[in-house]
Amino acid sequence: MAQEQKQPRKSSESEETEVAPEGSVAERKVALDEDVDAILDEIDEVLEANAEDFVKSFIQKGGQ
Amino acid sequence: MSVRRVMGTEVEYGISVQGQPFANPMLASSQVVNAYATGSAQARRARWDFEEESPLRDIRGWERPRGMADPSQLTDEDLGLANIILTNGARLYVDHAHPEYSSPEVTNPLDVVKWDKAGELVMLAAIRRAPQLPGGQPIALYKNNTDNKGASYGAHENYLVPRSTPFTDIVRHLIPFFVTRQVICGAGRVGLGQDGRGHGFQISQRADFFEVEVGLETTLKRPIINTRDEPHADPERHRRLHVILGDANLAEVSTYLKVGTTALVLAMIEDGFIAEDFSVESPVAALRAVSHDPTLTQLITLKSGRTLTAVQLQWEYHDLARKFVEERYGADADAQTVDVLNRWESLLTRLVDDVWSCSRELDWVAKWRLLSQYRDRDGLDWDDAKLQLVDLQYSDIRPEKGLYHRLLAAGRMERLISEGEVEAAVHLPPTDTRAYFRGRCLEKYADQVAAASWDSVIFDLSGRDPLQRIPTLDPLRGTQAHVGALIDRCADARDLVDALTHRS
Repeated sequence: MAQEQKQPRKSSESEETEVAPEGSVAERKVALDEDVDAILDEIDEVLEANAEDFVKSFIQKGGQ
Repeated sequence: MSVRRVMGTEVEYGISVQGQPFANPMLASSQVVNAYATGSAQARRARWDFEEESPLRDIRGWERPRGMADPSQLTDEDLGLANIILTNGARLYVDHAHPEYSSPEVTNPLDVVKWDKAGELVMLAAIRRAPQLPGGQPIALYKNNTDNKGASYGAHENYLVPRSTPFTDIVRHLIPFFVTRQVICGAGRVGLGQDGRGHGFQISQRADFFEVEVGLETTLKRPIINTRDEPHADPERHRRLHVILGDANLAEVSTYLKVGTTALVLAMIEDGFIAEDFSVESPVAALRAVSHDPTLTQLITLKSGRTLTAVQLQWEYHDLARKFVEERYGADADAQTVDVLNRWESLLTRLVDDVWSCSRELDWVAKWRLLSQYRDRDGLDWDDAKLQLVDLQYSDIRPEKGLYHRLLAAGRMERLISEGEVEAAVHLPPTDTRAYFRGRCLEKYADQVAAASWDSVIFDLSGRDPLQRIPTLDPLRGTQAHVGALIDRCADARDLVDALTHRS
C-alpha cells in the first residue's frame, strides 16, 4: 500500500517568512556551537562521577 | 465535551539509596513517605480507607477470584506500609517497592500538570528530610519508568468516563491512538528491549514492557488497555479508565498534551464521532516499532490495509478532534481545548519539519538532543555508559542534579505553570472537585480525621461512636462552591459533620 499522505504533511503551510539572520551562516554556526558547549559544560559538572558504576548500581524492583 | 473531565495521575518514582544498590527499596520508600509526614504540620496521621477498593474487578464485567491473582495485584490489602493523605487532596504512599504520588482529582489538563508537578516537590521535600530522621539515609528519586535491567514501574493516568460508552468502542479507537501518541508524550530512553541490552535510543520508556492488547494486569503481561474497574465514583454511571502505558514526564508540555489529547479522543469516542476504524495490525509490535524509530519514518499498517507513520496517524486524530470541536462548539470552545488543539497541530508539524524545535516542549526530543550533542562532542556510541547516565540523570528530581532541571534553569524548557503556583499546589487542593473537601478536612481537622480515600472522609469525633463516614462518591461534589463557606465556618469537625448529616 502506498502512503496516503506525504510526510512532512503541511510543510508548505508551516513555512514562515524568515527574518534575515544577522551575520553570516558561519558566524551563526559558531554561536550555536558555543551555545551547545556551554550547556554540555554545565551538565558535565553535575553528572555523576563514575558513569558505568552509577548506571550499574541503579537497580529497581518492578512496579505497576 | 472538550479537554475538560475528571482526571488525575499517579507516578511511581525510581528510588535508590546512595552508595547502597542493594538497600531494601520498600524500607527506603517508607522512609520517603514517613519523612514527608514528619515534616508536615498534620499532627495525626489519617489512614487510607480501603473499603471501596476492588483491584480485581474487570471493566468487562467480571471479577477475578483472589486465589487466582498475583500477589502484586492485591493492592487493597493494608500491609502497614506508609500511606498518607495530603492537604492538597493527593495520596502519598508506598506501592510495591516505590514511593508513589497520586494527584488529587482535577478537571482540566493544566491542573493535571500543576498537581503532578506539585508531586515532584512533595518527593523533593521528602528526600531532603529523610537523612535527618533516625536511621535515615540519603535517598535519590527518579521520575522515570525503568532501570534498564528489566524492571519497569508506572506513571498512570485516570479518566472518568461514562459507563454508557461501550468498552469495545474505547478499545477500538484508543489503541491506535495509544500506539502513536508517544511521539508527543514519550520520555525517551537509551537502550532497546526490556533489559536495555540493545544499543540505541527510543522514544518511549515504557513501550518495550507491553505484551498484550487488553487485560487486567498492571505488573505482568502489561496490556495497552487496562481493564481494572474501580471507578471511585457511582459505578452505575461511571468507569475510571486506568491508563498504564504512558511515560513519566518532566516536561510540562508533554504532560499537558498527553492528558489533553487523550481527553479529546475520549470525548469523540463517547460522542460516537469517530466513524473510521484505525485499528492497527499487531498493535503491541507496532507500539515498539514506533518507539524504536526516533526518525519518525517507521510505517505502521492498519487492518484496513493503509500504511502510515505514527505522526500521520496522530494527524488523523488531530483533524477529527478539530472538526469535532468546531462542530460541537464553534467559537464557544474553551481556551484550553483550543490551546491543546493548536499545540498538538504545531508539534505534529514541527516533529517532521524541524524536530529540534520541539526540544523545549517534549521530553524525548530534549533528551535525544542532549544525547546527540554528547555523541557529537565526545564521539560516543549508544552503548556508552555516559549516555545511559544522561538518560537516567535527566529524571533525577533534585534541581541541582537532574538534567531536566538544568535545562529548565538554563531557559531551555517551556513552563506552563509558574514555580509559585506549583508550590501553592503542594498544600492547596483543586477547588472544583471533591479533592477540595478531602484536602480542606485534612488541613483543618487533622486531629479528627481517622481515615480518608478517594470516595470518603472518616471522622473520629470524641464522645461519638462509631466513626462518622462522609461518602464523597461524586467527584464533582465537595467543591469550594459546595462546602467552602461551610468549612470556613466550622471550627470543629463535629459542626461540619452535623451540618452535612443534618443533625443540627
